[in-house]
Order: sequence, then C-alpha cells, then structure tokens
Amino acid sequence: MPVEEVRPVRFVHRGAIVEVADAAPTRTVLEWLREDARCTGTKEGCAEGDCGACTVVLGDLDAQGQLQLRPVNACIQFLPTLDGRALFTVEDLAPMAQRCGAGALHPVQQAMVDCHGSQCGFCTPGFVMSLWAGYELRVGSGAVPTRQALADELSGNLCRCTGYRPILDAGLAAHAAPPVALPREPVRAALATLAQDPPLHHQAGGVHFHAPRTLADFAALRLAKPQARVLAGSTDVGLWVTKQFRDLGDILYLGRVAELQAVQTTATHIQIGAGATLQAAWAALAAEWPSLRDVWLRFAGLPVRLSGTMGGNVANGSPIGDSAPVLIALGAAIVLRQGERVREMLLEDFYVDYMKNRLEPGEFVQALRVPRAVPGQVVRVYKISKRFDCDISAVCAAYSLHLAQGRVQQARIAHGGMAGTVRRAPQAEAALQGQPWGGDGEPALQAAMAALAQDYTPLTDMRASAAYRLQVAQNLLRRCWLETRTDAPWPESAVNVFAREAAL
Amino acid sequence: MLAGNAHRRALARVGRERVCAGGRAVNKPAELPVQTTQPGAVGQTRPHESAHLHVAGAAPYTDDIPELAGTLHAALGLSPLAHGVIESLDLERIRQQPGVVDVFSAREIPGANQCGALLQDEPILAGETGDTLRYRGQPVFAVIATTRDAARRAAALAKEVVRATPLPPLLTPQAAHAAQQYVVPPMHLARGDAATAMAAAPQRLAVAFELGGQEQFYLEGQISYAVPQEDGGMKLFCSTQHPSEMQHHVAHALHRPLHAVQVECRRMGGGFGGKESQSAAFACVAAVAAARLGRPVKLRVDRDDDFLITGRRHCFHVEAEAGFDTEGRLLGAEATLVSRAGHCADLSGPVMTRALCHFDNAYWLPNVALHGYSAKTNTQSNTAFRGFGGPQGAFAVEYLLDSVARRLGRDALDVRRANFYGVAERNVTPYGQTVDDNILHPLVAELEASSDYRARRAAVHAFNAQSPVLKKGLALTPLKFGISFNVTHLNQAGALVHVYTDGSVLVNHGGTEMGQGLNTKVAQVVAHELGLPLAAVRCSATDTQKIANTSATAASTGSDLNGKAAQDAAAQVKRRLVAFIAAKWGCAEAAVVFDEGRVRAPGQDAGFAEVVQQAYLARVQLWSDGFYATPGLHWDKAKLQGRPFFYFAYGAACSEVLLDTLTGEWKLLRADVLHDVGRSLNPAIDIGQIEGAFIQGMGWLTMEELIWHPADGSPRAGLLMTHAPSTYKVPTANDCPADFRVKLYEGENRHDSIHRSKAVGEPPLLLPFSVFFALRDAVSAVGGHRVDPPLQAPATGEALLRAITAVQRAPAD
Repeated sequence: MPVEEVRPVRFVHRGAIVEVADAAPTRTVLEWLREDARCTGTKEGCAEGDCGACTVVLGDLDAQGQLQLRPVNACIQFLPTLDGRALFTVEDLAPMAQRCGAGALHPVQQAMVDCHGSQCGFCTPGFVMSLWAGYELRVGSGAVPTRQALADELSGNLCRCTGYRPILDAGLAAHAAPPVALPREPVRAALATLAQDPPLHHQAGGVHFHAPRTLADFAALRLAKPQARVLAGSTDVGLWVTKQFRDLGDILYLGRVAELQAVQTTATHIQIGAGATLQAAWAALAAEWPSLRDVWLRFAGLPVRLSGTMGGNVANGSPIGDSAPVLIALGAAIVLRQGERVREMLLEDFYVDYMKNRLEPGEFVQALRVPRAVPGQVVRVYKISKRFDCDISAVCAAYSLHLAQGRVQQARIAHGGMAGTVRRAPQAEAALQGQPWGGDGEPALQAAMAALAQDYTPLTDMRASAAYRLQVAQNLLRRCWLETRTDAPWPESAVNVFAREAAL
Repeated sequence: MLAGNAHRRALARVGRERVCAGGRAVNKPAELPVQTTQPGAVGQTRPHESAHLHVAGAAPYTDDIPELAGTLHAALGLSPLAHGVIESLDLERIRQQPGVVDVFSAREIPGANQCGALLQDEPILAGETGDTLRYRGQPVFAVIATTRDAARRAAALAKEVVRATPLPPLLTPQAAHAAQQYVVPPMHLARGDAATAMAAAPQRLAVAFELGGQEQFYLEGQISYAVPQEDGGMKLFCSTQHPSEMQHHVAHALHRPLHAVQVECRRMGGGFGGKESQSAAFACVAAVAAARLGRPVKLRVDRDDDFLITGRRHCFHVEAEAGFDTEGRLLGAEATLVSRAGHCADLSGPVMTRALCHFDNAYWLPNVALHGYSAKTNTQSNTAFRGFGGPQGAFAVEYLLDSVARRLGRDALDVRRANFYGVAERNVTPYGQTVDDNILHPLVAELEASSDYRARRAAVHAFNAQSPVLKKGLALTPLKFGISFNVTHLNQAGALVHVYTDGSVLVNHGGTEMGQGLNTKVAQVVAHELGLPLAAVRCSATDTQKIANTSATAASTGSDLNGKAAQDAAAQVKRRLVAFIAAKWGCAEAAVVFDEGRVRAPGQDAGFAEVVQQAYLARVQLWSDGFYATPGLHWDKAKLQGRPFFYFAYGAACSEVLLDTLTGEWKLLRADVLHDVGRSLNPAIDIGQIEGAFIQGMGWLTMEELIWHPADGSPRAGLLMTHAPSTYKVPTANDCPADFRVKLYEGENRHDSIHRSKAVGEPPLLLPFSVFFALRDAVSAVGGHRVDPPLQAPATGEALLRAITAVQRAPAD
C-alpha cells in the first residue's frame, strides 16, 4: 500500500495557487474563507447545506481536460477536498468583469442590482454564485435559461426577503448584457499543474486525510485503515462535524478516485460509480426512465446534488433517502469491495435495520448497478414532502411494474419513510401479482392499498404522522394506477399538481 | 459607463418582450423605469443603497467586521429540560475543555440578570441551584473560548453538566389556558352586545382552528460583538432592530449608566421582528464576557441554537362564533384567541392587543366581544414577527366569513364586501377609532376586475366538475392594517443631517436597516429636500451615540418616523442656506430654489457645493438634528380604546390554487395583488416588500410548521423538533407563482405622512390569506361546497389531506 508523504492542501483561489498545511482535515471551506483568508463575502446561514448563503463554485478538470464548474455549499465541504481544484467566491466576479472592461460588476451582479434582487443582502452572495454557475454554463452559446430552469437551479438557495421574483428576473436579465466569460485557460493551466502533485496525504493534529487516485490504492488503504471514515460528497458527513461535533478520525476521500466517478450505461446496466455525483446519477437514470425527472429535481438542492453521491446516499442508508426506494424498485444491485474482493448483492438485501447494513470492516461501496429498462416495464416515483424543493421525504414511493396483456406480471414497490429502512411492500406486490391493471384493476388496486397497512408500520415525526404516511402511500398507489392503467391512462396533468408540460 | 447604459437598455428591451409574450399584460415590476439622472428621487425607483455591495459580497454584516486582536468567542449552554429545578451546574468541567478561557452563569452577571422587553420576567441566564429551567433551549451558562468552534463544543456539554429535577411542562397554549397560566392578564375588547345580537341573528355558526407560529428565519443569525472601551465603557456591534433597547439591557447587566454603552448596527441580514427584543440576551452575554475579560468577545449563534433559544410568531388557538343575516353580514361576533406566549411576556401583550385590534380587518362589526389570552408555556418566548399579531387577528375573522359564505352558498367575496367598513357610516372600529381613509371599495373593485375574478370563479367550477382528483380553488381577500405603534410614546424619531463642505451629505437616523430599504428611502427624502442627486447623500450606521432614545424599527413605521425626522433636519439646514444665500444675492428667500444639485434664484445660479462652502466661511451651521412625533395618537391601554393608529394601509389579493385530493399537494397557479402604499417613495422597494411579504406569509400559512416533542414524559419533551432549515421549510424559488401580478394602488395617504406615502413592511403579510382560503375553497369543492372544511394553518399537505378526508366522510345533508 503506497502511503504518500504528507503535503499541504493545494488549490486555486483568487488567481493563485494557495497552500494550506495546518488546517484540521474537517475544517470547512467556509471557515477557511471567513476566518483564515478573511474573505467574508461568503456567508454562513445554516452550516448544514440547506440555505445556500455559503454557495461557492468549484472548478475541476474533467476527463477531457476541460474546466467544469459546479456550485457547492462551502459550509459542509472540508478544506482538503479542495486539493487540486479551483475555488471561486463572490469576490471573484466583479474583478473578472472589470478586467474585460465590462463594467464595475459582473452581468449577474448588475442584473441583481437592476432587478432589485437583494434586500437584506445576506443570501445574495450565494444566489450570485448559483446564478453565475448557470451563467457560465450558457455564456457564449446563445442559450438563455427558462424561468423554470432558473428556479430549479436555485432550489438550494433560500431568500427570506424578496419572494424570489426579482431574483428570477435577474437570472434572465444577466443574459441580455454583453457577455463576460471566465478566462478559463489560466485556471485550466493551474489545475493541470496541480494534477502533477502526488495524491494528497494531509495531516494535522495527528488526523490524516488521504485522497488516493486509483481504485486499487483506495481499496488497499481502506483495508489497512478499517476504522477510517470514507468521505464522498460530505453533504451528510459534513453535518456530523458542524452540528454534532463528531470526531471523524482519519478520512479516506474517494472524490479523487477516477474509476469511481463515472456513470456508464452498458447494454444491460447503468453502472453508477460510488464517487459519481447525485446529479450525474439521476441524469442517467432519468434518461432511461423519464418519469424519474421529478424525484431528480426534488432530491436536495442543486449544490448538494453536485457534491453528494448516490453511493453515499445508499451507504448512509437513511430510511428517508430518496435513492434507495428508486434503486430497490428498479432491482438495483450494490457492488462492494474489500481489498481485492468484489461482491455484489441486491440493494434490498443490503439493509439490515435502521442505519445498519452489511458492509464489513475494510469494505466499501464501489458501485451501483441498475438493470436497464425492458419492454412492458412501467416506472413511477412519487415524493411527498412539505415543500417541493430541497426537502426530505415524508414518503417516497417507487414502483416498477412489468405489464403484459393488461395484467401485472411483476410488481416491485419500495417506499422510503415508511419503516426503519427503505423496504419493499411484499404483500401489496402479491396483491397485484397477475391481476388486471386496466379499468377492471380496481379490486386488485384496493387490495394492494389495504395490504400496504400490513407491509408497513410507519412512524410519526416532524415530517408527517404515521396515519398520513400510510394514507398517502395508499393514495399514491392509486395515482400510479390512474397514470399507468393499461386501458385509459390519465395524463400526468390530471393527477399531479407539479406536472410540467415540457421536458427539461 | 457606456456598457452600463447599454445593459440597462437591453434590460428594458427584455422586459418589454416578456410583457408581450403570450399576449398577456402581466404586471412585471422589474420593468419599472431605471432613473439615473433626476435629482431628489422621491417617488422614483432606485436600487437599494447597498445593492451594489450585497452582490459583490462587499456589504459587511456584524460577523464580517474585522476582528480586533485578542477577540474571543462565546457560546451558550442550553437547558436540556423543558421544565425543572436546577440541582447543580458543573461548570468546572466546562472550564477544563480545550480552548476555554471563561465560563459564567447568572450569578456572575454584575448587574441585573434581566432582559425582559416590558416586564422584568426574563433572565439572561437561567440561574443557579434552586432556580427554574423554563424551556428546553434556555441559556443556562456562557462559555468563552479562543475559537468559536471550541466554545460551541464546550457548550454542547450542557446536557451533561446541567443537573436538574424535572417538572411537568406545559407545552401547548390550550394546556396553559386550561391551567390559567398567562404571561399578562387576559384582555377583552368589546362593543355593543355580541351575545344578544348573535342570539337574535337569523343564522349563526362557530369555528375553531389552530393557526401555527412562524420562525423569522432571518438569513443572518443572532450576533453581537462586544468591545471594551475606556473607563468602563462598552461598545457593541449588534444585529438588532432596537439598538437603544440593547443599550439599556447591556447597561443594566453591566450595572453601568447608559452613557457608558454604545450600540451600533450598520445592517442586518434580515430581522422580521426577531431582532427587536430577542437580540438582548446575546448582546448582554457578549458584553458581560467582554467586561469580565477585558477583551473583545463575539457571540454568533449557530442556526440550530437560534431556533432553540429565540421565539417567533405566536401560534394561536381560535374559537369564534358569529350571528349573521342572509347577506352574510355579521350582526354579532365573539372570539377567543389564545396565543402561545412562551415562558415570559416579551412582547406578547402588545401582540395580543394588535391581534384584537385587527380582528375587524376590513369589516364593520356592530356587536363584538373579543377575548385574548397570552398563554404561558414552557417553550421559547414568542415575540415580534412582521404583522405583530395583526395577521392572526385578521385571519380569525376571515376564517369566520369564509365559513359564513359557505353556509349561505354565497360567493365569499360578496359576503366579505357586504361587511366592508362604510366610508361615512359603519366606520368606527371596535376600539373606537374612526376609519377615515377607507379605500376598500374602489381597491377591491379594481382587483376584482383586473384579476377577472368572476370569470375565473366560473372557470374553477367548470374545471372541478370534470376533474375528479385535482381541484382548483379561488379566493380574493382584502386587508386593512393600522399603522403606528399601539404604544403612543414609541411613535417618535430623531435624525442628524450633516452637510460637508464639498456638498456631500451624511444622514444618521434612529431606524435600522434590515433589508427593507429604509436607508434608501431616508436618503431619497433628504436628497429631495436639498435638491440633490441621490448619490450625494449617504446614510451611516445606526448608533446610539448619534441618535439617543430611539424606538425599535418595527410596526412598519421606519420610513414614516425616520423619514420625517430626517426631512426635518434637512429642512433646517436648507432654511439656513436659503437665508444666507438670499441675503448674499439680495433676493427674497422664497425665490431660492434647490434643484438638480444647484441653487437658483432669478438671475442667479450656483452649485450646491459652492453655496455650502460660502456658507461655511460665513459661519453658517451646516448640520442639524431633526425630530418627529406622530400627531393625534392616544390609547387607553386598560380599556383598549382610543386612536392607536395614524392611518390605515389597505390591499387585496386574489389567488388560484390547484390541489391534489389524493395527497394534499398543491400549487399556486396565479396571484394578483393590488396594494396601497399611498404615494410610493420608491416603487421597486415597495413592490419588493409586498412580494416578499406575500411569499413569507404564504409560507406561514402553508408549509412552515413548528413541531415540539410532546409532553410524553420522555427526555425530549418540549424539544423543538423543527430547529433548522432541514426540517423547517420556508418557500423557495419554485414556490413563487409563475403568474404573479403585483400592482401598487394609485392614490396618496390622506394623512400628512412623509410625502403622503404609507408604511409597507407588515400590511402585505395579510395578502396570502387568499392562498389559504383558495386552498380551503379547493378542499370544499371535494364535498360540493356543502361541508365546511376543518382546515388548520399551516395548510401542509397533511393538514389538507386531513381536511379533504373529513369533507369526504362528512354525512351528506
């Protein structure tokens, strides 16, 4: 097992390569910005990735060597995860515009001023960075976002003053100004320089942070340090530190293992690497099953989807995570690796009990494998929460039905929020097995709805009561039937208030 | 500059294209003209004075102020129990934690351990052995450490070092009401004979419902930074709406005179009422720590702790009954309002007063009896929040009228209109003030027409007839909101205007900037008075050493009071300049005009700066104070009678929703707003307040739900479960309706307010009543409008599905 020499964290900030040697591995990017670098433009609103006031933009080189930008929540990102990356904050934008003579402010900033998009101004730097990330995606291409696309891109940013209308106006208006694009070449060159650094081994206060770059190295380190904490997107683990003051010990970061970042669609499977972001994973799944678009859009906010991983969401095993119900309904398998050993099991067999799974010491999640769509398969996923955007499910219901000759050949139904783990609904599935799914499907539907009460004994908590969870789960099965019944299916717009006319 | 102008022109083009798209004339306030050259600017749309700083991350908030060398950080150890008696505090254990410099509890506070807003019933820190823990989250001790992280980690040991004997907690207002536990005596506001009128009425009905509370969720949490000064002085940088009150509490806690304490606030990252009284505990702890250690101490509260320590909008339990005629006119009404005050009084008394004084909302109530109980519970002390009880009181009568209309099978707008205050008669409020500026009739008529209410009502009926699962609902609700502090003496303000020798002007006033654009409006007023371009005027941080004895920036009065005071100060300077220049030019004073940065008289023309320089050399005083006290107010607190309000603001909104009867999910399809701000000082800022209040109020009534762990004997009893944005959901961009038409009502304040404008902070929070009642209408459609839906607020998906199920299961008539 190669153990690298300890070296400082190195990343690009304000046009230069910065070295940080002494920061604790769990020091957050936001703490470093505000307390060490004294860049106070980035704000702390919640320290848990839910308000977006701390939104910054990270730059990475993709496999083709191109610079890719993504907004993330600085409050829950640990500083060493910046290694080899470029960090952009609200302070970077105005100078960029000034250098190219475009004015005192970047078009995104000027539009926020002109459209009255700030009131108290505290959330504003976060909105500006989210808007800027979207602006950079489109600038120069002539593409202009729709209002709906902007609202979706801002799902991780809370504003308590404006009511959002002027911010959406600003997001549109920015594209009407003469364009100001990030000069990418210097950033790309700096990142290429950093890529020559050896893999990061950072150490402070006796705590180690390892960021191996190959799967083999990661597996070897994992085996050698079974007590160490595996870190992927840190969208959950970050809160263990900022809110619970948990001591994570040594950290093994898989965000730098190239083999784990990919999402591949083969002839038989969609394979999601453990380091692939939620955004990439959901994009691949929604390409295969367009009905998954809603749960994709509603999974956390964009900055969390761009750093969090589906592998992490599954490994974490929360009963209210939205990946597991979908993957279990789709019959997905989880690929586990321990040293050289690779094993695979159905995801539904992975969970043992509340927050307990079958991972063994030294083992880690390598990938998720989802069988591709087959003819006759009908997939629906419904998420129920108090708010459309960026909320945790009260119930997440996922259905994969194989229909033939108007009957249910096979039903796979899984729910989040209905038990201590994400689980299938065997009795409801059995009630549908072989039954008609057309206009004469009502008796079987009712039997399956009733069976859900045997399949689950949900809890009452701050998100929903047990009674509501069960009633909604039952009613969602009816919605699924109405939408997919084989004789006269209802359009989505007749059963779902969030139905959208056009695809993304 | 050229690029900037091109940008603005391009923006205007985009705006026009968007208006025309789809052929609908959608009112888009973003297309308000961007004026750049006209001086004065009162009545003009201008960006927020700090907007260019906000967007660049260059607007410093309290935590962004460069820290002085030696700065330490504080955190608070919180009560692990909702109710109990302290047995012991093992603070030695805290003192031994890494980085900890100091720990103290109530006994170490040199002065009064007291930060109650009106009553002396709120300790800064809970106390010592034998004292009572009042709620779960109450600060018990303070930790001071070298870093904020070290302080927080040590403070988190509170659950291990605070030992206490548990007592049974009272957690709900109903439980406290049943036990007759109140923070202030019950209040009664009555006119006529409600009981007799209800008994004689052709019909009567009763409603009972829960109306939830609401977290302010200012994006910037509570924070104070205390810096010791010479000779026992203390300076605080504090995110607060009430610097003078912070000064008072800190002085009392330090046992120092007021002149030794200075409180400064340049801006807040939102306040909404939550930083009116409740910034006090943090200011006091930071100051006591700084005084003990002789070092600067900052206390910035973590978001979860902010939720657990501070209070918010009062939730109400309401029971109301009315007798009415066939038109739906309320002949008699009686209502009991029970609020969750929390563990101490704070502002709960005035909140209840305002609730009772807004039960009438837009309606003439000839016979009415209102009873208000501020229930004392073992929860955070509820406090000011935009509307200050007014929304809760007005919501109660709207709920009643909504039910009356359904009972009569009449359109709810017709029933509401039948009850509107008259203009010359039927125009006295239950508290004895004549409504002398009523514009409800024309305002509502205009919105009824512009929103196409009648045709859309028919379309909603038609839709519902053919849509078995999804139902639409529609509602148009009016509002009337009283402007002024109910407490007369608070309606005063001061300002300073300095004119420097280069002609630039610095304004300081007693109001605070929390995003509402107060400094922008005040600068506009001063620029207008001196005939200057807005850029010549700058507002500086609110500072108790500049303006003394200020009132809170609250009750929507910021611009009314401070605008008038600043105008007074500017006018005094101007009068001196006029006298000076008229004498110099040998013209009549009345002939001197200040305009476009110049001073002119027939045959004379000089730049403002030039005149100022000449006046300086002639030893003319170029700065002045200004003062304003709202005229004509009086209030009998015991009888709840008088003229508490200078004037009323009005508005109305029409909302259409789509509801899923299988899940309770819903979507706001369209909202039309027509709101009265008198003659607007700054239309864009006013529209921003209206839209922001609409979405914020919609959040309150629909998705923002506060849940405490019930009193079930478990150690979690009384824990606020929704104590972070992960569990407490405020609206996001996707909750802003795609079709949102907000318009200012054309008119002016009939009373002599600043440039005939009207206050705008709180009144529009009542606009989204229309969303709630549109949802209730959609639920009602499930039962063919024959069953009154028992819908609670917030109308979460769960509450909606519960109401839908109740309507479905109700026996048919």
